[in-house]
Amino acid sequence: MAQFEETGPRTPVVEPTRVDKVHPRAKMGKSIRVIITLIVTFIMIIPVLVMIMTAFKSRADIVTPPPKVFFNPTLEGFLYLFTDRSVLSPSNLESERANAGDLSYWQKLALSVGQKINGPSDYVGRLKNSVIIAGTSTILSVVLGLFTAYAFSRFKIVGKDDLLFFILSTRMLPGVVVTIPLFLLYKQLGWNDTYIGMIILYTVFNLSFSVWLLMGFLDEIPVEYEEAALVDGYTRMQAFFKIVLPQAVTGIAATTVFCLIFAWNEYAFALMLTSEKARTAPPSIATMLGSGGLEWSAIAAGSLGFLIPVAIVTFVLRDYLLRGVTFGAVRK
Amino acid sequence: MATIELRQVEKKFGELHAVKPLDLTIQDGEFVVLLGPSGCGKTTTLRMISGLEAVSGGTIWLNGRNVTWLHPSERDIAFVFQFYALYPHLTARKNIAFPLQAQGESRETVEKRVDEVAKLLRIEHLLNARPNQLSGGDQQRVALARALVRRPEAFLMDEPLGALDADFREAMRSEIKRLHVLQHATTVYVTHDQIEAMAMGDRIVVMSEAEIQQIGTPVEVYYDPANLFVARFIGSPGMNLINGKYSDGVVQMAGLDNRYTVPQEWQSGLKNNLDSETEMVIGFRPESAQINDRGNLIGKVYASEMQGSSAVLHLTINENDIIHIRTDRLIPYPIDALVHFDIDPRMVRFFNSKTGAAIKPEVTQ
Repeated sequence: MAQFEETGPRTPVVEPTRVDKVHPRAKMGKSIRVIITLIVTFIMIIPVLVMIMTAFKSRADIVTPPPKVFFNPTLEGFLYLFTDRSVLSPSNLESERANAGDLSYWQKLALSVGQKINGPSDYVGRLKNSVIIAGTSTILSVVLGLFTAYAFSRFKIVGKDDLLFFILSTRMLPGVVVTIPLFLLYKQLGWNDTYIGMIILYTVFNLSFSVWLLMGFLDEIPVEYEEAALVDGYTRMQAFFKIVLPQAVTGIAATTVFCLIFAWNEYAFALMLTSEKARTAPPSIATMLGSGGLEWSAIAAGSLGFLIPVAIVTFVLRDYLLRGVTFGAVRK
Repeated sequence: MATIELRQVEKKFGELHAVKPLDLTIQDGEFVVLLGPSGCGKTTTLRMISGLEAVSGGTIWLNGRNVTWLHPSERDIAFVFQFYALYPHLTARKNIAFPLQAQGESRETVEKRVDEVAKLLRIEHLLNARPNQLSGGDQQRVALARALVRRPEAFLMDEPLGALDADFREAMRSEIKRLHVLQHATTVYVTHDQIEAMAMGDRIVVMSEAEIQQIGTPVEVYYDPANLFVARFIGSPGMNLINGKYSDGVVQMAGLDNRYTVPQEWQSGLKNNLDSETEMVIGFRPESAQINDRGNLIGKVYASEMQGSSAVLHLTINENDIIHIRTDRLIPYPIDALVHFDIDPRMVRFFNSKTGAAIKPEVTQ
């Protein structure tokens, strides 16, 4: 029994392809698959869409049942997120409104919900902490990982396989398991709630991943390039920087993104090991639930603002990332 | 340009000999080909000369200077790799300029030298292309340019044509040969292709099983192979080798009743070499046999092959041996027909079947 009818596509096939890809029936199957994919994609993106919408809704719009899809966007959520405010008494409100003329946009916005801006909120500082901690630890884990991976890839190392397994084994237990010992350790070291503590923690956590991923990339770069550079008159170090590094860019970019996403999103350790000075954004978004009622728009705005940096980095590096994930799957 | 001298150079991987101790002197401006099947140690030898592989023993001398333990970058040699090893992130121009920049040459000098060498190799129009935009042949030209630009003491080439298509390979072969003559460049060239070796080498070093089998000009290794390995390996098809028994100036070959009367000048040599033994191997090239209806030797047609300018006839002499005869008669022979032939007495060679070594003729006074 033939799988296809005898008639082929109505128009001549003018691109290089297989029979089963251009047959009319295959095309129908393809459109069905595309539609299903689109629907699933839409379903998966709904939470993000809801989050973005919530971030721009007013307090009243958020709680209206059924949820509004069309609404007047407002930056109230961001006001709640980024500022510390106090509620004005009706008499104060009157006097403030009287000379509202020379107030900034944000102060007017606060006034419209009967509040006065006292200063920036904790969140700004915490976002800054997140940037410092996640950024530094990512750079450290990629740089250290690159050198380690190069050594593993190019040199004979005694007990290489065991060492690599040992490095990987640090990722084999869930992070939560080590939070208590870490907490006690950090308390002894005085590293609780410090940048250095969090940077070292995230670096160590990412390092195993970065070594393994980068080693895969470096293994793919033929040694001949370095040998060519050596006979061309360069030292090993120069060969590494001039020849190996530019070719490892894909791997470095992919590793950077993955390390950054981990360090940026990490919640459990940050909650346990930080309180004020080094507290990062994820636990502070969560604690907003507790203080001052449920400011859904602030939470949504916080999550959105938190998402944007990683989204930008991922978007910029997306080509490398795609190549990075599929790297080595197909031999050239 | 320079002389290269290897003195008792050897390489061991653990207990295994990749290259057994060997001596080799390469003269100034000479083109020496290291030839052998894969795994014979020819590439390892080349890599030891370049310093990419450390020797296990012996010394390497470049222009009378002991370079055995010098860093590859200090040896002033250029290496051309089989897969070119062009830096993929740099343009052709930058690839060629790369070794000059290591020497800290000024920008103008670099530009000038790159342009010169690009002109020599006729790749001026390709200088701004990346390696992956170039054809295999052009990539190899860029790789050669990168080697030439520095004016090194010696060139080491590791199967530089191995990755090219057949017709391109022949074009590049003559190009490299011509460059060698023009530049008077001492060159060590590794290949497993005996035709390439014959076409290019001033001298050929035939290697097998980590050892040198023979060093000689292409004519020497072709007509006077030092042993059975070289006889078989050189030539396409290789030398015909038939087991036989020698006594009193006559070789009795196994199988069909073939008796060959040994030319006078060989008889005493054979007698002395074989001592009391009678087992030996007789050898001759496919083109040194002539088909002749009154010929003394006889074979049964196994197959006949048209090869263009000539035909090759495969004959069974006995159960084990098929010999090849090159003939200009382009008429196909029927299978199993009996064919008579003679061997040109100047072209016949004899080997000791135990040691495999060639037996030399002795001039009788």
